[in-house]
Amino acid sequence: MAAIVRLLLFAFLFTAPLFSLGSRNGFTINGRVKIPQGFATKGFALPGRMSNVKVILNGGQNVTYVRHDGYFSFYNVPSGTHLIEVVVMGYFFSPVRVDVSARNPGKVHAALTENRRGLNELVLEPLREEQYYEVREPFSVMSLLKSPMGLMLGFMLVVAFLMPKFVENMDPEEMRGAHEEMRGQGAPSLSTSLPRGARN
Amino acid sequence: MAIRSFFIPFLLFVLCFCSSLSPVLSLYEDQVGLMDWHQQYIGKVKQAVFSTQKTGRRRVIVSTEENVIASLDLRHGEIFWRHLLGSNDVINGIDIGLGKYVITLSSGGSILRSWNLPDGQMVWESFLQGPKHSKSLLLVPTNLKIEKDNVIVVFSNGRLHAVSCIDGEVLWKKDFEAESFEAQQVIQPSGSDLIYVVGFSASSQFKMYQINARNGELLKHESATFSSGFLREVSLVSSEMVVALDSTGSILLAISFQNGEISFQETPISNLVEDSSGPAVIIPLSVPGIFVIKTNSVTIFIKVIGKGKFEVVEKTNHETAVSNALPISEGQQAFALVQHAGSEIHLAVKLAHDWDDNLLKESIKMDQQRGIPHKVFINNYIRTDRSHGFRLLIVMEDHSLLLLQQGAVVWSREDGLASIIDVTASELPLERDGVSVAKVEHNLFEWLKGHMLKLKGTLMLASPKDVAAIQSMRIKSSEKSKMTRDHNGFRKLLIVLTRAGKLFALHTGDGRVVWSHLLHKSEACQSPIGLNLYQWQVPHHHALDENPSVLVISRCGPSSDAPGVLSFVDTYTGKELNSLSLIHAVVQVIPLPYTDSTEQRLHLLVDSDKHAHLYPKTSEALSIFKHEFSNIYWYSVEDHNGIIKGHALKCMCIGEVVDEFCFDTRDLWSVVFPSESEKIIATVPRKLNEVVHTQAKVIADQDVMYKYISRNILFVATVAPKCSGGIGSVTPEESWLVAYLIDTVTGRILHRVTHHGARGPVHAVFSENWVVYHYFNLRAHRYEMSVIEIYDQSRADNKDVWKLVFGKHNLTSPISLFSRPEVITKSQSYFFTHSVKAIAVTSTAKGITSEQLLIGTIGDQVLALDKRFLDPRRSVNPTQAEKEEGIIPLTDSLPIIPQSYITHALRVEGLRGIITVPAKLESTTLVFAHGVDLFFTQLAPSRTYDSLTEDFSYALLLITIVALVAAIIVTWRLSERKELQDKWR
Repeated sequence: MAAIVRLLLFAFLFTAPLFSLGSRNGFTINGRVKIPQGFATKGFALPGRMSNVKVILNGGQNVTYVRHDGYFSFYNVPSGTHLIEVVVMGYFFSPVRVDVSARNPGKVHAALTENRRGLNELVLEPLREEQYYEVREPFSVMSLLKSPMGLMLGFMLVVAFLMPKFVENMDPEEMRGAHEEMRGQGAPSLSTSLPRGARN
Repeated sequence: MAIRSFFIPFLLFVLCFCSSLSPVLSLYEDQVGLMDWHQQYIGKVKQAVFSTQKTGRRRVIVSTEENVIASLDLRHGEIFWRHLLGSNDVINGIDIGLGKYVITLSSGGSILRSWNLPDGQMVWESFLQGPKHSKSLLLVPTNLKIEKDNVIVVFSNGRLHAVSCIDGEVLWKKDFEAESFEAQQVIQPSGSDLIYVVGFSASSQFKMYQINARNGELLKHESATFSSGFLREVSLVSSEMVVALDSTGSILLAISFQNGEISFQETPISNLVEDSSGPAVIIPLSVPGIFVIKTNSVTIFIKVIGKGKFEVVEKTNHETAVSNALPISEGQQAFALVQHAGSEIHLAVKLAHDWDDNLLKESIKMDQQRGIPHKVFINNYIRTDRSHGFRLLIVMEDHSLLLLQQGAVVWSREDGLASIIDVTASELPLERDGVSVAKVEHNLFEWLKGHMLKLKGTLMLASPKDVAAIQSMRIKSSEKSKMTRDHNGFRKLLIVLTRAGKLFALHTGDGRVVWSHLLHKSEACQSPIGLNLYQWQVPHHHALDENPSVLVISRCGPSSDAPGVLSFVDTYTGKELNSLSLIHAVVQVIPLPYTDSTEQRLHLLVDSDKHAHLYPKTSEALSIFKHEFSNIYWYSVEDHNGIIKGHALKCMCIGEVVDEFCFDTRDLWSVVFPSESEKIIATVPRKLNEVVHTQAKVIADQDVMYKYISRNILFVATVAPKCSGGIGSVTPEESWLVAYLIDTVTGRILHRVTHHGARGPVHAVFSENWVVYHYFNLRAHRYEMSVIEIYDQSRADNKDVWKLVFGKHNLTSPISLFSRPEVITKSQSYFFTHSVKAIAVTSTAKGITSEQLLIGTIGDQVLALDKRFLDPRRSVNPTQAEKEEGIIPLTDSLPIIPQSYITHALRVEGLRGIITVPAKLESTTLVFAHGVDLFFTQLAPSRTYDSLTEDFSYALLLITIVALVAAIIVTWRLSERKELQDKWR
């Protein structure tokens, strides 16, 4: 029974979401904010609690809150193209453009402005969740090695243990050549590569 | 060769690692509250309703002038929930229905909403329409019998509605045929099915309608005429009688409408009060049998005895606030009186029918800086001995809210801070030599324990308990809330001026109020309206012994040509040093870049007759001023006429009285925008105290560009006049936005750009040589942000090193704005997702650190966006050199990274402004965002490159050093052994 009522409600809302109220030439925009269960909430807005869902028309011209089932309405809206924004902490909603006109009162012309996706019913869902905090990486050897200290140690170890091996394994001919080159130029590789990198 | 080929990749690898280390500017969850603080307010309370059911928590529902509905804990004054309605959705009335719904009527009586009392979830919303605007009246029957009385009666827009309390359905509505009928009261006598609507029609007719509450049927309609007319306010003294005043304010009228018969009883006020002077006004109240009138400063309490007979029960000169009546037991109603007398306030709770007997009489010492009581709300509770106890909720002149119970202030809220109009920062006192505030780590063990905990934290081994311990330790150990200046300049005072005319000094460390000062009232000015704050004296070189002070400009009355008042307030103590009531108005204040020997800044005040007045009025200031006389220029914007004018000084004032501090001014130039096509909607100058590090900007191919840096550039945005309505009201074809850069000394337009199909509102920020502005693009139906950068071409050929060596450059040639500047501009536009409420830019001490834009979004969050995203030199495929310079590939919209919200998971409800103050440490800037809430944080736009961060691990450093030393010893040993072996060979 309840399902039928719900269905009827849906049908009513979305076949005639914009209806004229006559006297002041204003329209009503009805819609719904829906936060899917699939979004794992991190304590910002539980799916059951919709008490802090704010819906804003035209950058603050009208502000309303949603009912517990997510429905909201703007009354007495003049015809034209309007912008609806939804504010919920922890979620990113795209603003929605809604066309309100007297010519076709039975249809919704709504589109997300972020990705230009059209909506055939005014059900607003978040595009993504927002994490306001950095997640602390769990302790790992890698992160320790990545820190300046780790790099210092690593570099030292490389120079102390790997370098001699490297030099030992080298061809004596090449070695001599390298020595001569170094004598000729000082330490060229360091001085040319450092400032380039430092500019980043 | 091989060494080199080994070395370069290795170094690159190291560098790569280093750069990948750079985190996004963001926060870990356990760092919340370390450098930031957040305070929640509601604003000045308009109406309060208590909810003291036996079950559940006791709370008070309030509506405020900031348009907030909130549920407060009656025990501690904390906010349970709060909703901020839109700015044109002003709350007309609140009440509690059925004991579980909060009913609010707003938007001029056209929107009726119901909120769930425990959690603030909206239950239903009804739109009530009517033929015309009228006073809005909300009547929620107090009977708690759920089966019967679940109808809310609303009179709004000239129509009477009955709305079901359960689902918001309109049960019936009733129009009133009389065109000019203005309802004053809607009355439903308790237990009856009749509704009385009383009011005035035309100016001299009193009308009464009797309506059946069940179906809205009109039962009776009466009207009576009183020849000399009425003042609009009425006071309801019983369910069958109202008291009104005649149009001259000198005759009291008791209007009774018992059984549908209207009868008048006239009583001249002079019969009741001998020495009454001037016209009286009725204070609208609903206390049975008693009403209050006010003449000049005298408040008179009058009791109704019998039918239309009055008796004065009390006259008082003190400022008095009276509550509405509260039914306490069968047939008994109590009300509260609060009187302000010197440093105390007197409270009295009386029964409505018995004036002389006090249920409660107390005196409470009250902080002088809170001013007089404005409003009082009464609530009762039953004590254990079954007698009545009373709680009083008092709203003071400074908008603070106090709960008084048993002769003491139970809690208080500084809700004046919800309406900040101006902010400035001040230094704290220097640490004196004698008093060492620095605490030595008391105990080595404690210290070690602390560091062990921290180490655990970094190694992710800490238990939740440890995490809490670490956090509290961090907050405690940081010396952020000390009252002295610190080395890094993080500790400062934020001096804020609120709409109530009160100054607060907030400590940047923890946001506490250090001192507060209500602007002084004088004989000449009864109600000064605070306008602006300026730094008056900032001692740093010569006058170190002086305390810094701020200048508060206020106006004596609502009109713009009312005389001004200057107050000078010491920022260390909050004492008012001096107060000047001016004879002239203050239309514009120009802080001059000159200071006298005591470091008082010279200010030029322009009045409504275009005379400029110099302050301070000392001969020294005058001589400094005379010296710079011809170098002083300013501009004024008349946005209703579409004119921007430039001004300069002419000569001394010519008048009867010789005033050598007054100067005549002359108009230098004016820019007139055509009124049929352009309307000024935003003007943004550069910040006066901004520091620019360098004029030159080195770009990719070792080239140099010179920024055009002038303090005298003004950004002006105009739109088509049709765009003044909402976003939906115009088509893109008839809408445009024009942005100008105007030199304010010569009036020369340096740059002009038209955005077709764009409209306001425009929010802009101007810094160095660039301006960023936010507007709405109607074609794409998205918000856009544009950047304009302006470069000086006359110096562009100073690139040659040889020219510099031989002095053939023009870098030292004086800059005059009168020479025609050769400038080029670069601009670019990007989409931005959200509406914007405010834009600011970070400012640092020396201007070396790169800048970030701080964007206050419609969701009341503050987003930090690197200025590099708004660089007109961005292109789709930047060259390698440009990439190295840090140019980001062009995208059509600006990124919104959730971690770069500096307000993290908090909201600065009702955000209005963002202020940045440089710290002494170059990398860091202090950010203060204010609205209904306050938020403060420290920000390092390029990360803290000049100091170690809070979470720097000293332990790891120690371990590394030990390891390195160990390694050195080991390798030394190894090499020694090897050498020995070599020698043996």
